[in-house]
Amino acid sequence: MTAITRADVAHLARLARLDIAPDELDHYASQLDVILQSVARVSEVAADDIPPTSHPIPMVNVYRDDVAVPGLDRASVAAMAPAWEDDRFRVPRILDEEQP
Amino acid sequence: MSIDARITDEYAEAVAEFEPVIGLETHVELGTNSKMFCSCSTTFGGEPNTHVCPVCLGLPGSMPVVNRVAVESTIRMGLALNCSIASWCRFARKNYFYPDMPKDYQVSQYDEPLCFDGYLDVMVDTDEGPRPYRVEIERVHMEEDTGKLTHTGGATGRIHGADYSLVDYNRAGIPLIEIVTKPVPGTGSLAPEVAKAYVTELRNLMRALGVSDVRMEEGSLRCDVNVSLNLPGAEWGTRSETKNVNSLRSVERAVRSEIIRQAEVLRSGGRIVQETRHFHEDTGRSTSGRSKEQAEDYRYFPEPDLLPVAPSLEWIEELRGTLPELPALKRARLQAEWGISEQELQTIVNGGALEIVEATIADGVEPAAARKWWTGELMRVANEREVELADLPVTPAQIRRVEALVADGSLNDKLARQVFEGVINGEGDVDAVIAGRGLAVVSDDSALLAAIDAALAEQPDVAEKIKGGKVAAAGAIVGAVMKATRGQADAGKVRTLLLERLGVAE
Repeated sequence: MTAITRADVAHLARLARLDIAPDELDHYASQLDVILQSVARVSEVAADDIPPTSHPIPMVNVYRDDVAVPGLDRASVAAMAPAWEDDRFRVPRILDEEQP
Repeated sequence: MSIDARITDEYAEAVAEFEPVIGLETHVELGTNSKMFCSCSTTFGGEPNTHVCPVCLGLPGSMPVVNRVAVESTIRMGLALNCSIASWCRFARKNYFYPDMPKDYQVSQYDEPLCFDGYLDVMVDTDEGPRPYRVEIERVHMEEDTGKLTHTGGATGRIHGADYSLVDYNRAGIPLIEIVTKPVPGTGSLAPEVAKAYVTELRNLMRALGVSDVRMEEGSLRCDVNVSLNLPGAEWGTRSETKNVNSLRSVERAVRSEIIRQAEVLRSGGRIVQETRHFHEDTGRSTSGRSKEQAEDYRYFPEPDLLPVAPSLEWIEELRGTLPELPALKRARLQAEWGISEQELQTIVNGGALEIVEATIADGVEPAAARKWWTGELMRVANEREVELADLPVTPAQIRRVEALVADGSLNDKLARQVFEGVINGEGDVDAVIAGRGLAVVSDDSALLAAIDAALAEQPDVAEKIKGGKVAAAGAIVGAVMKATRGQADAGKVRTLLLERLGVAE
């Protein structure tokens, strides 16, 4: 079965701000399909005695110390932005959406 | 009728007919050095987008790691709120499309909060004196703050009418704790005061624990206020959620105005819509936001990039050992040490004067004097200037100096008030203000006697009354002398000299 269409990939790419060329859409659609089918197979073999899991690594309590270190310099941040103004990311006007 | 009086009337009618149930969700930025999941600085006021990195900008391939101190602060807060601490819990992604988070999700906790089932006892002033309320805590969980949007192009600076928005991600990823109460019924007309007392006590608690300095003016504490109304004996009504409530005063105002609004809707036969409302500081009113039925599904799922938090009993007990004396216990101790009534203590606490009074007493000032200045003249000045008491530029050492000068007769109360006025106006330290303004009690007897004689000559009838045994009439002459010396005399001494002058016994 083909779960992922070219249109799905184009939509996901837009949401993720990935610049995917039209001739790459089929390529990624088939790759994503393999992933989906693999995950579906896991569901088939998972019996009631196997608890759902969210993390593949059996570790807990992984922390870092509370020490501040400099991050990226602003010029490189600005260079990544689709639009930039007044030292900030410029984004389209947002209608009918609010912060959660 | 004034607006205030009208609100008071409308509110009294609303709570006479309906019973409010309130609930509060409080977000507080923790005072860590670095962000929740990356090592960027949390310093407030940095140049836009200078405290950012691949993690908090949500760049592909970046991996978050939890800040240990943020977890410890949350557990300590949970313990101070008498909560149970989860032995195992996870972070969750809250998915939504809004550019305040570059990842398009916020990392939060969903059905597995780190702390749950606690309570906080608060004290509320009533006409019959202070009264305790227990506010039950549903949960305390960890999450990350969002970036700051500036809406540009619209006339109002709000979303509607904006042409575009500018985003600063310095705040994105700063650790937040969200503290959610269970519904609080049974407060009746005191609902606004209980809400305010609760948020105030939360703030006190967080400051005492040192987990946050809670700078409300910098937006480090934000409240969402839930309110519903029901007729006595009936089931609880539909609730609204008012966001944007960002000061202690607004908490009280938001609850009161929402109770009035809902009562009006219900009385006119309408029904309350479950919705999010936005509070406006300037008008003290709220406007309708999105309706909850249409709110997007956040598609929470466990955050795969972060491992579960599973605090051991040993760690929890170790953290419990770091808890300081909690504010309620401290207040009880200070009340006993200072020998003051519950009402007097409440006056100090409600005025935000506890720390400064304590510091002043620790500096060597008598408790009664420390209390008198901070809850009297200085609080009046702070209110007049609309600043917090602690922000007045008056130090415990200055109170000690003024008190010493009052004790040795160099100053009287009236002059002392002028000294503080000078100190607050930046005229220098206590002695500099006294020198600069020429403030000193006139203790030269001959100068005082001259003023007394002049006053007696102006009011011969009063002089006769006093001579005739009406000692109470002396007040008029003393007043005249104080006026003539521009307040720079010791009124007690003037009185003594006056009576001596007239040969009248006290």
